[in-house]
Amino acid sequence: MLYLNELTLSHFRSHKFSRLHLDGRPVAIYGANGSGKTNILEAVSLFSPGRGMRRASASDMTRRPEALGWKITGTLTRGHRSYAIDIKSENGAARRVDLDEKPIAQTALAALSQVIWLVPNMDRLWTEGAENRRRFLDRMALSFDASHAEASLAYEKAMRERNRLLKDQVRDPHWYRALERQMAQSGCQIHAARLHTLAQITAAQNNADTAFPAADLALDQGQGDMPDTIDDFITALADSRGQDLAAGRTLIGPHRSDMLGRYAAKDIDAKDCSTGEQKALLVSMILANARALAHQTQTPPMILLDEVSAHLDAGRRADLYDEICALGAQAWLTGTGPELFHELGSRAQYISVSDQGGISEITQHEAAAQ
Amino acid sequence: MAQNRDIEDLIDLMAKLPGLGPRSARRAVLHLIRKRGQLLAPLATQMQRLSDTARECLNCGNIGTDDVCDLCTKPDRENGTLCVVEDVADLWAMERASVFKGRYHVLGGTLSALDGVGPDDLRIPKLLDRIITENVSEVILALNATIDGQTTAHYIADQLEHRVTVTSLAQGVPIGGELDYLDDGTITAALNARRKL
Repeated sequence: MLYLNELTLSHFRSHKFSRLHLDGRPVAIYGANGSGKTNILEAVSLFSPGRGMRRASASDMTRRPEALGWKITGTLTRGHRSYAIDIKSENGAARRVDLDEKPIAQTALAALSQVIWLVPNMDRLWTEGAENRRRFLDRMALSFDASHAEASLAYEKAMRERNRLLKDQVRDPHWYRALERQMAQSGCQIHAARLHTLAQITAAQNNADTAFPAADLALDQGQGDMPDTIDDFITALADSRGQDLAAGRTLIGPHRSDMLGRYAAKDIDAKDCSTGEQKALLVSMILANARALAHQTQTPPMILLDEVSAHLDAGRRADLYDEICALGAQAWLTGTGPELFHELGSRAQYISVSDQGGISEITQHEAAAQ
Repeated sequence: MAQNRDIEDLIDLMAKLPGLGPRSARRAVLHLIRKRGQLLAPLATQMQRLSDTARECLNCGNIGTDDVCDLCTKPDRENGTLCVVEDVADLWAMERASVFKGRYHVLGGTLSALDGVGPDDLRIPKLLDRIITENVSEVILALNATIDGQTTAHYIADQLEHRVTVTSLAQGVPIGGELDYLDDGTITAALNARRKL
């Protein structure tokens, strides 16, 4: 099992000093709006590679007005082993991670802890632009394979270089071919990882006994198909150069992919579903991601569910809590009041958060205070 | 504060050197002044001499004190094999190993459209000239394994296709390296480039 059994936030956003003692059960956090609940979840999200669930910079996470920098300390238990992890930023500098008092690359966290999340701004995922759906899919892909981040960075870098050539109307074919080869190598890797992820999520949805609706998922390229092989992709990029020069940017590739979702049981597009149904589809995918990871690594990930109960009725909430407990995952849930977690009973630990003159105060409870 | 304008100016200049900060620059300057007979004066003389004579080799881009550097003029270096590096520091690293006996070509950077660095800024046209004039049969691309380095390598390889043999340095386990300390990418490259024993 993977869980944090101690978490300390020091000068992190609204928390001046908050310490939690945990035992691996789900953690239900409640309090008024703006009290600092989500900040705790954001701190947990930093135990995985990347910029965390708010995609904020290290300097944005510091407590103001002091702006001294911040530190998150956690004791992470994975199986029978325990790891001391410090994540900190001093004077607005980039984030540093220490494992058992030795510095490590932030990306090395991928081997230790997987953290997946669902936050309220994803509620519009099915109706807004494709970029956020790609990002959602890429986070799932990253949870299965840490090298996905490297491929994405390599592709992005080569594509930005190529786009500059296109914008400047450079005609040197050798330069294009050099960049297109790099784009093709990383691009095919990205595409394969995304397809693999969708297959994993689909299998995990289909094989589970779940109360949440399954989503039929597919990758869509907009115009034409994504080339199957590196050589085909190189050819496609070369063929598209004329059009790309006219557009001033690259028109084919995995950066144009979109993740399509359909509510399988009703056979309607996710974007046409009700708000509650759209949320249920997302919950279903997050749970499937967790199940697939548990299957792959024998360890369920930590799951962050920010204000997840907002669009779920009491029955659906109870189903969600049952499924989280069945997974054995340390889920971190937030809500405005303790009544939202009533169905969890003694299966969770409870934390109330309140704002005391601009400082978040936390109190741990054995049961949800009524 | 050293309280003296000349000393302060020297400290400020030294602090601009790579690897030195204000504190280490102060220590270095203090040391030079204490040993001005043995160190400061000869250093100043040598620096003045180099300032007058140092220049880039017109042929390969190496740094020397003549228009054409020693490596290009040495008769015991093999013609026909050209090792392409990004920077003079890379050339020096290759020379430290004392294994390569051919000639060099220093590009002076890597291609980067975003930074406005194109082939003409990189001595690539000169490389193409040299391949013909020096009758080169093999070009060894010893470029860094970064995205820009590899883009530049592909660019040159593409230009030279069907003209000369183009090779690149192998990527994999360093001598004396332990697998446990290697990143996934290096292990993958090493496995792909495995050899029969």
